[in-house]
Amino acid sequence: MQSYWIYIGIFLVVAVAVPIIAVALPVLIAPKKPSRRKEEVYECGIETTGNVRVQFKSQYYIYALIFLVFDIETVFLFPWAVSLGKLPLFAVVEGVIFIAILFGGLIYAMRKGALAWY
Amino acid sequence: MADLINVIEEWITNLLLGWGVSEELTLFLLQALGSVLVVVVCFVIVIALIWVERKLAGRIQDRFGPNRAGPFGIFQSFADIIKIFTKEYITPEGAEKGAFNIAPVLAIASVLAIWAVFPFAINVIGADVHVGVLYIVAVGGIGILAILMAGWSSNNRYALLGASRSVAMLVSYEIPMIVSLLVPVLLANSMKLSAIVEAQQPWWFLLVAPTAFLIYLISSMAEIGKAPFDLLEAESELVAGYHTEYSGMKFGMFYVAEFLHQFTVGSLITIFFLGGWGGPLAVRWPILGVIYFYAKSFGVYLVISWIRLSLPRVRIDEMLNLNWKFLIPVSFINLIAVAAADRVMQDLELASWLYVGVMFAVNIFILVVALLLAGKSRPAVTREKFPPRPVAVPPGTESK
Repeated sequence: MQSYWIYIGIFLVVAVAVPIIAVALPVLIAPKKPSRRKEEVYECGIETTGNVRVQFKSQYYIYALIFLVFDIETVFLFPWAVSLGKLPLFAVVEGVIFIAILFGGLIYAMRKGALAWY
Repeated sequence: MADLINVIEEWITNLLLGWGVSEELTLFLLQALGSVLVVVVCFVIVIALIWVERKLAGRIQDRFGPNRAGPFGIFQSFADIIKIFTKEYITPEGAEKGAFNIAPVLAIASVLAIWAVFPFAINVIGADVHVGVLYIVAVGGIGILAILMAGWSSNNRYALLGASRSVAMLVSYEIPMIVSLLVPVLLANSMKLSAIVEAQQPWWFLLVAPTAFLIYLISSMAEIGKAPFDLLEAESELVAGYHTEYSGMKFGMFYVAEFLHQFTVGSLITIFFLGGWGGPLAVRWPILGVIYFYAKSFGVYLVISWIRLSLPRVRIDEMLNLNWKFLIPVSFINLIAVAAADRVMQDLELASWLYVGVMFAVNIFILVVALLLAGKSRPAVTREKFPPRPVAVPPGTESK
């Protein structure tokens, strides 16, 4: 069991090391002639003015907020799903009620217009 | 001969032990060798896939595709690799160097890391951990972070807008993906990938849970970020989205990560719904299992490519509505129905073909009802918001 996690650790190191090598290799062989024009921010040919870290819709924030609720819900549902065959019927129904409550939350958010994209 | 991979593994182990290497170091070396092998095979597959994808795109769009470098253009990818390695890195002014350079590495590492837990055959399993499914979900989520880092650090409006848009989209589509993943977990009673594959040996979960399969396919297509869901790099709106400012091999890493992610999704669908390494004689000759596994993954890859080349891009509001108002409710109802049906039929102890048949019927019923309801609740197209404007007529050409 422990050796599996060691394997995952080694695998992660390899998975990070290979792209690092691939990204680092062109530093040795590729030309390097930076110039002012070249390093300008791309914006369809015109020069960029003002702050580029623009403000964007707060709608994204609401989506992230609702996502958080459902993401935590699914984490709770995994143990329920794994042991479904061994659970008593009461616990199975309880899991269904848990889903139903969050489902109500989704319908509430929908009715409130939180999921409408303007 | 029956068990080629384990024979090689034993041979290397005995060789190293014979040289006087300690047992822990032998295990370490074997695991390092295994992980390097898996990663290298991934990259080789990507090189082949890029050619396949371009050729397929060419054929579907009624043109030739690459056909100059070598017979049928098969050396095109190698030519591209040589070219991309000699390209200059351009870092835009005002970019945050740290995040800008880490993002491409992270993008590909998050996809590669998923391969650590795959069962390739009955006895060729990476890390057979008990929380395999959770590991996949957790590691897959890092890819979103890479996109956000790339978009934010580029100091470019297109990149920033593309990144924020893609995060809203990827994060949303993660929910139906995870919920439909609960169905195979529930049917196999385990989060271990090898147990999930073994549980579907006679009957694939494609037959037991077709609705979950379809939801998983759609939402993981959105996770890949390819058409019809390629809003994160909608060329007509955002130039190239989050990787607008990347050049050379850093861009190449995002490109490779995209292809590898599509293939990885293919293998995940293979593991969860298409029986993994299962196939005729796969238990007797595990090497056949590995071939089946890659062949099935490649098949799913081609299907995803086919869909993406056939359909136009959807709008962002349509896309989020599809997720929040259709896929999430349907996936939750499907989960409850499958759980209830599975539970009831376990107590009845039916024959396995009857069990599969009833499950299939339940799933199709849910799917049909959901599609009918979605078709009914579709808002009628109204022109009130945008009344028809009078067309400008050049003076002197008015007709009456």
